Amino acid sequence: MARGAPGVRAVALRIATGLAAGVMLALLALPLAALLLRVPPERMLARIGEPVVLAALRLSLITSLAATALVVVLGLPLAWLLATHTFRGKRALELLVDLPMVLPPTVAGLALLLAFGRAGLAGRALSACGVTLPFTTAGVIVAQVFMSAPFFIVPARAGLASVERRYVDAAATLRADPIRTFFHVLLPLARPSLLASVAMSGARALGEFGATITFAGNLPGTTQTMPLAVYLALQTDLQAAVTLSVMLVILSMALLLGLRAVPTHALWRPSDAARASR
Amino acid sequence: MLRAHLDRRLGDFHLSARLEAGRAETLVLVGESGSGKSTVLRLLAGLLRPDAGRIALDDTVWFDAAAGVELPPWRRAVGWVPQDYALFPHLTVGENVAFGLRSAGAPAQATWLAVRRTLERFGIADLAARRPGELSGGQQQRAALARALALEPPLLLLDEPLAALDVTTRRSVRAELRRLLESLPCVTVFVTHSPAEALVLGDRIAVLEGGRVAQDGPREELLRHPRSGYVAELMGLNLFRGRVVSRAPGGVARVAVGGATLMAMDPGTEDEVFLLVDPREVTLHLGSPAGSAQNLLRGAIAEIVPEPPQGDRLRVVLASEPPIVAEVTAQAVAALALRPGLEVTAAFKATGVRSYR
Repeated sequence: MARGAPGVRAVALRIATGLAAGVMLALLALPLAALLLRVPPERMLARIGEPVVLAALRLSLITSLAATALVVVLGLPLAWLLATHTFRGKRALELLVDLPMVLPPTVAGLALLLAFGRAGLAGRALSACGVTLPFTTAGVIVAQVFMSAPFFIVPARAGLASVERRYVDAAATLRADPIRTFFHVLLPLARPSLLASVAMSGARALGEFGATITFAGNLPGTTQTMPLAVYLALQTDLQAAVTLSVMLVILSMALLLGLRAVPTHALWRPSDAARASR
Repeated sequence: MLRAHLDRRLGDFHLSARLEAGRAETLVLVGESGSGKSTVLRLLAGLLRPDAGRIALDDTVWFDAAAGVELPPWRRAVGWVPQDYALFPHLTVGENVAFGLRSAGAPAQATWLAVRRTLERFGIADLAARRPGELSGGQQQRAALARALALEPPLLLLDEPLAALDVTTRRSVRAELRRLLESLPCVTVFVTHSPAEALVLGDRIAVLEGGRVAQDGPREELLRHPRSGYVAELMGLNLFRGRVVSRAPGGVARVAVGGATLMAMDPGTEDEVFLLVDPREVTLHLGSPAGSAQNLLRGAIAEIVPEPPQGDRLRVVLASEPPIVAEVTAQAVAALALRPGLEVTAAFKATGVRSYR
């Protein structure tokens, strides 16, 4: 009896694990399958050429590329600072960087409106310079930057911090100033995780909805990105909505697969060193 | 000429050391792990800032806390070889060696000529296109040395360069390294925990103990006149501190060491003296020895340790008063059936006890 009990428990545990995993996978896979099976491919191909669809696709690609580029250019120095320095108020700064990840997007959109809107905190100064963000394509980009930045900064910081100190030290003794060390040692060694971070934030920018519609509105050709177009089409034309959705799924999948294709030899594993010293 | 006075606190640890080494000289820093050896190298390289002190190489001041001078590491001319070499894994061996030259702004053509020359000098020209991960430990060590020396730095810092190698490679690489160090025109600071390496490679040896220099001097000086129990232990010698009680004719003196009295060579007039006994001068006996040895110490064997370089010799540690170490052959250990716990008598002559102030 006492001997049988652990066996029974092990079997029960295995069944429970399998069941939970199965339900989880079904939850993830079923909606995707429903989406892909809803409209026959030839019908879908025919609809891709429609001006509304094309405009949304074009706008989505342009804004999310621009947003990702901005996030990398502006976020990399911050990620480096957080990875390599300790200073007062660092905790607060980290919290600030993390916040958009947990903030409801509509709340973020409202906050952006209050900051950069015509009567907003920084909006008056901006419009004095002739810059208007709300309900413009630039506004879409700002919303995407706001929402996707942490998806780059947080993992990029971890990637930079994981580069072993000894490589940076060795570079310093080899006449390399911090800038040369950053570009020739830190960046290449952190490359795999940096590329993954770029892909994550790019995907987040591509899928951004709530903050965009609140801050930039839903103007076809100007601020109507693909996720917005999907939402709008849903009210009138289910087939168009599905077509747009499938395209988004394909784009996101391409990003994920591109990520997987990052050559693994770019990764430095400690086991390589162990093998070499044997 | 390197002159350094280093002071640095790291938590509870306090490093405070004065070091000097001449041109073309190898200064070996020897000490146990945690004695501050690697910290000294990091301070010299500029990877760590001293709380106080001064570092100068020839006429160039690299650091002076009082004068507010601090050169960053990339402006100091050091070659640094850390314990695990830290070769850049994303670059080939050739690119690793070229890295410093490129940082210093050498043109591409000159760089590659210098790289090839350096690789050839270290016998790894055929590995130029390989990545560090594909090299053996010994090859990595050579590549790291080549990288550090490609810029011909006036100061070379080596942090346990042999520790990562297996035992068989280590011996041949040590001989190779010794020839290299003898040929180098620069000041070398070599860190090790191995007294054997220190004795083979060091012109000068500084013994670090708990962040302090316990003793510093030419190799011969440390071997002949160790001044602390720790230094003597590192050198594998018995050292006692005693007081001259009386002086006998024939150049011999009676010296009180703790509760015991030892016969030693007459040190002269001093009354507080060091007594040095080479463990090879000490013989072990089960009963009373018949010979002419004036010094007899009886005690139980605490432990028997093989002496690594000569596998047939063993060090027998005796819990006598004062404790003493004898170095005997494996045959003697077998013949006397020596084992821990056995009571034996250690015997050595007065002429085998050197004394100095």
